[in-house]
Amino acid sequence: MNNSDTIAAISTALSNSGISIIRVSGPSAIYSIDKLYNGKCKLTEVGANTINYGHIVYDGNIIDEVLVSVFKSPNSFTGEDVIEINCHGGVLITRRILEMILRLGIRHAEPGEFTKRAFLNGRIDLSQAESVMDIIESNSEYALNASVKQLNGDVSKEIISLREKIIYEIAYIESALDDPEHISLDGYNERLSGIILEVKNRINKLILSSDNGILLKNGINTVIVGKPNAGKSSLLNILAKKEKAIVTDIPGTTRDIIEEQININGIVLNILDTAGIRDTDNTVEKIGVDKSLDAISEADLIIFVVDSSINLDDNDITIIDKIKNKKCICLLNKSDLDNIVTEEDIKSHINCNIISVSAKHALGIEELEDAIKDMFFHGEISDNNEVVITSIRHKDLLCKCDESLSLVMKSLEDNMPEDFYSIDLMDAYKYLGLIIGEEVEDDLVEEIFSKFCMGK
Amino acid sequence: MSNSKNYTYIEESYDVVVIGAGHAGCEAGLASARLGKNTIVFTVSMDSVAMMPCNPNIGGTSKGHLVREVDALGGEMGKNIDKTFIQSKMLNKSKGPAVHSLRAQADKAMYSLEMRKTLQSQENLTLRQAEVSELIVEDNEVKGVKTFSGGTYHCKCVIICTGTYLSSRCLYGDVIEYTGPNGLKSADHLTDSLKDNDINIMRFKTGTPARIDGSTIDYSKMEVQNGDDEIIPFSFTTDKESIQKEQVSCYLTYTNEKTHEIIRENLDKSPIYAGIIEGTGPRYCPSIEDKVVKFSDKSRHQLFVEPEGLYTNEMYISGMSSSMPESVQYDMYRTVPGLENAKIVRNAYAIEYDCINATQLKASLEFKNIKGLFAAGQFNGSSGYEEAAAQGIIAGINSSRLIDEMEPLILDRSESYIGVLIDDLVTKETKEPYRMMTSRAEYRLLLRQDNADLRLTKIGYEVGLIDVDRYKKLCEKERLIEEEIERVKSVNIGANKKVQDLLTANDSIPLKCGVKLSDLIRRPELNYDILSPIDEGRPTLPFDVREQVNINIKYEGYIERQIKQVEDFKKLESKIIPESVDYNDVTSLRLEARQKLNELRPRSIGQASRISGVSPADISVLLIYLEQGKYLDKE
Repeated sequence: MNNSDTIAAISTALSNSGISIIRVSGPSAIYSIDKLYNGKCKLTEVGANTINYGHIVYDGNIIDEVLVSVFKSPNSFTGEDVIEINCHGGVLITRRILEMILRLGIRHAEPGEFTKRAFLNGRIDLSQAESVMDIIESNSEYALNASVKQLNGDVSKEIISLREKIIYEIAYIESALDDPEHISLDGYNERLSGIILEVKNRINKLILSSDNGILLKNGINTVIVGKPNAGKSSLLNILAKKEKAIVTDIPGTTRDIIEEQININGIVLNILDTAGIRDTDNTVEKIGVDKSLDAISEADLIIFVVDSSINLDDNDITIIDKIKNKKCICLLNKSDLDNIVTEEDIKSHINCNIISVSAKHALGIEELEDAIKDMFFHGEISDNNEVVITSIRHKDLLCKCDESLSLVMKSLEDNMPEDFYSIDLMDAYKYLGLIIGEEVEDDLVEEIFSKFCMGK
Repeated sequence: MSNSKNYTYIEESYDVVVIGAGHAGCEAGLASARLGKNTIVFTVSMDSVAMMPCNPNIGGTSKGHLVREVDALGGEMGKNIDKTFIQSKMLNKSKGPAVHSLRAQADKAMYSLEMRKTLQSQENLTLRQAEVSELIVEDNEVKGVKTFSGGTYHCKCVIICTGTYLSSRCLYGDVIEYTGPNGLKSADHLTDSLKDNDINIMRFKTGTPARIDGSTIDYSKMEVQNGDDEIIPFSFTTDKESIQKEQVSCYLTYTNEKTHEIIRENLDKSPIYAGIIEGTGPRYCPSIEDKVVKFSDKSRHQLFVEPEGLYTNEMYISGMSSSMPESVQYDMYRTVPGLENAKIVRNAYAIEYDCINATQLKASLEFKNIKGLFAAGQFNGSSGYEEAAAQGIIAGINSSRLIDEMEPLILDRSESYIGVLIDDLVTKETKEPYRMMTSRAEYRLLLRQDNADLRLTKIGYEVGLIDVDRYKKLCEKERLIEEEIERVKSVNIGANKKVQDLLTANDSIPLKCGVKLSDLIRRPELNYDILSPIDEGRPTLPFDVREQVNINIKYEGYIERQIKQVEDFKKLESKIIPESVDYNDVTSLRLEARQKLNELRPRSIGQASRISGVSPADISVLLIYLEQGKYLDKE
């Protein structure tokens, strides 16, 4: 296997955060990096699993002050010799150090290559490899927890238990076909439908959790709507805690959709602040209004901001019309001013959660956060002991499994001969197997690794 | 053999030598001869050609499928049983079409005689009584065989079909007879030669029940089991009308607690339980001792009493094979209702024999390490006449193809039970005699006994065992089926009185609006034939076409899903592992997997995934390894 070369990549996100890590893996990792390193001891002489303080030096100049971790094969993430350089000098310096490393003849890692090596060297299994990908991609600490759980095998445990149930029934039907004298199928249909229903229940729980899990990982697509100058941008700024949208008192200032990812106590909201929706002849503003309508149709959550200091008008009613069928929270903004619009006024138009806030004075924001948690995570998010599915692929397989089980139920209802049940039971069994890597699909392996982000 | 006098010995040359004339040997010899190869078939006794030393029937669950498939490829078993059956029955008719299975009671003597006649009248085929005692192998290539009588037979291919005769011994109680089945001569010399050629030998065991004098049986205490009113032939070439005939009856009776008590009391006298038998017995065809021990909660076990033929009064007691001493056999059989005064004609016995672990073979049934040497039948660790015949025809075809320097014929698991059988044998280490079972076929809704010709006859034609007439008939049948399916899907049925009356008469809900005819066929209580009166434009079609149309429409959704499963299966089957792969290079494989893969050398990722001890993670590793290899080759 062509594992003999040494690879390197920056394995942290490239941002101006304090520390960036460069990971190097392969037989020449320690020897090569030592050429750039200047510390108390040579890296080739230090022990395994040590952290070493020193400097990266080039042409006699100190490039950065670093901590270098040394791991030796096979006790490392990839199973090979691994060096991790913690750089402190910011993006440019980190990039420069990487370039120096590559100049030593070390190859830049392909996407997912570290994890691939870890997998190939038997350090992790396929479902763990998938979880690593989840961790890399996850945007919040809740998602991270869910991914870590998956890594520890909670999902596997549940899936294995479901698979055992299904395979038992398949085996039972098959042995009854082969040995009708000793294994009777009398009254079996009732028993089987009971079991299928139970398995379906548990699978549906996992599917539900996956909705949470995927939202946890990717964030909730949220659109803030409201007529011009209702206070949408001020709200966004409070949530994001910094000035992003242009806040003025002139209606129609926000003409584009503003994307912001904000984290409320661990829940990620992908916020689209929209241009205020109103009838307009202004071409630029009209484009913004159309975009807002598109955004609404794709959103997971609508935050409808109402200026409670003035009466509801046609623009508000138009908006209510567009958002009626969505998950929605209505904010009665400007609660610090005279309240002309009441909860009852809103309720007569739309059935949704209503919260009084003052974006300007940051009042009512906590209530908003609680409402979002309730709506999307059934209040369970803080007590996250449930097995949560965080991968779209897993969710898809669970849904397919559920469909196959529904087909078994249909066969039962149609009174089909028993041997027909096993066709769809086998499919259900296989779909679950694909989740935990007990079944192999030819292109799955490559697909998973190709999705890994650079360097990890 | 002494050289003191100047003896000379026979020396002849053939293309193919077949060792054994049982069900595997007959099919192998016929296939190779019919493909134009000069073939000699050896048997230890001319009186045991295609002998049925155990049950007196052909077919049964999943085995019936094998017979149909052998026939569809151009084999003989189906034709031979159609000539010699004395009762016929389609089993599992209340279940789905995938598990319908034909079984026919044979007149054993006639079955054997008919097959012998077929072999003897076959061009290119010589049938010879002699015991083959030695293989001639040079440079890992088979060159011929020697007989115990000193003859040398040069050849290009050898097919070993020794069944249960190799170094066999029969046992019951404390009696050990060093013979093959039925007291026939065993083949005691070949094993050493096989071992000399680095072939690993195992020892298996099987057994047979007593044959009882029918005139001493009180059938009034048993349930009569009749054949079908309308007999369906095994062979696709047999004219159905020509085989409708008077049938004999079988009978059903049961063991009871008294039987079980006698067995339990005497367990220590059974050579299996006494530890005398070394071989491993079949779980799926257990002796009555095994059943009593294993299913101790059952108060009775079924016994089928079946005639052995028209010219003998012997009755076979199916379900009660045993290796108890003669006297215990008498006691236990006589506890069974109807057998109180039974006289035994032949004792039940267990038989031990040498065989191989078929993982030493390629899927073509050729030995991996000896070119030109093939093996088929019970010698490969299988059990049953039908399993033997299925391997026999494939070994016969592939020996001929090897001589012609053609790619071997390998049927896969998605196209036939034969494929399942051979793939299992050469991939999984068989620890007991392997019996075909419906559950072993993953795609059985597609592998029905009714469509074996549609699946395999074209292959048989390409191979050269099916003549052009039969091939053309098949193509015509295919065309009729396709056209009729098309038509049935487009015919509209209105909610008129005639339709509603017919539906009501068949307990089917009347129509609210017009539907397609195919929708009505799908209703569980209806089928294609029932709906004939309301289908005015229906063409006159033969039964086998109507049957296919009905099944294909009725189970369309299931069939489509199974086809999807097959597509997934084929993806891994088509990932061929180059023969040059050294698994020791794939360091990330687990040690056990590495060893197993090096030993079995699977031809595809699909086959590799079925080897026990190779995990899905190992398969992922292999997939990546192959991908990388490809990548390197491109560079």
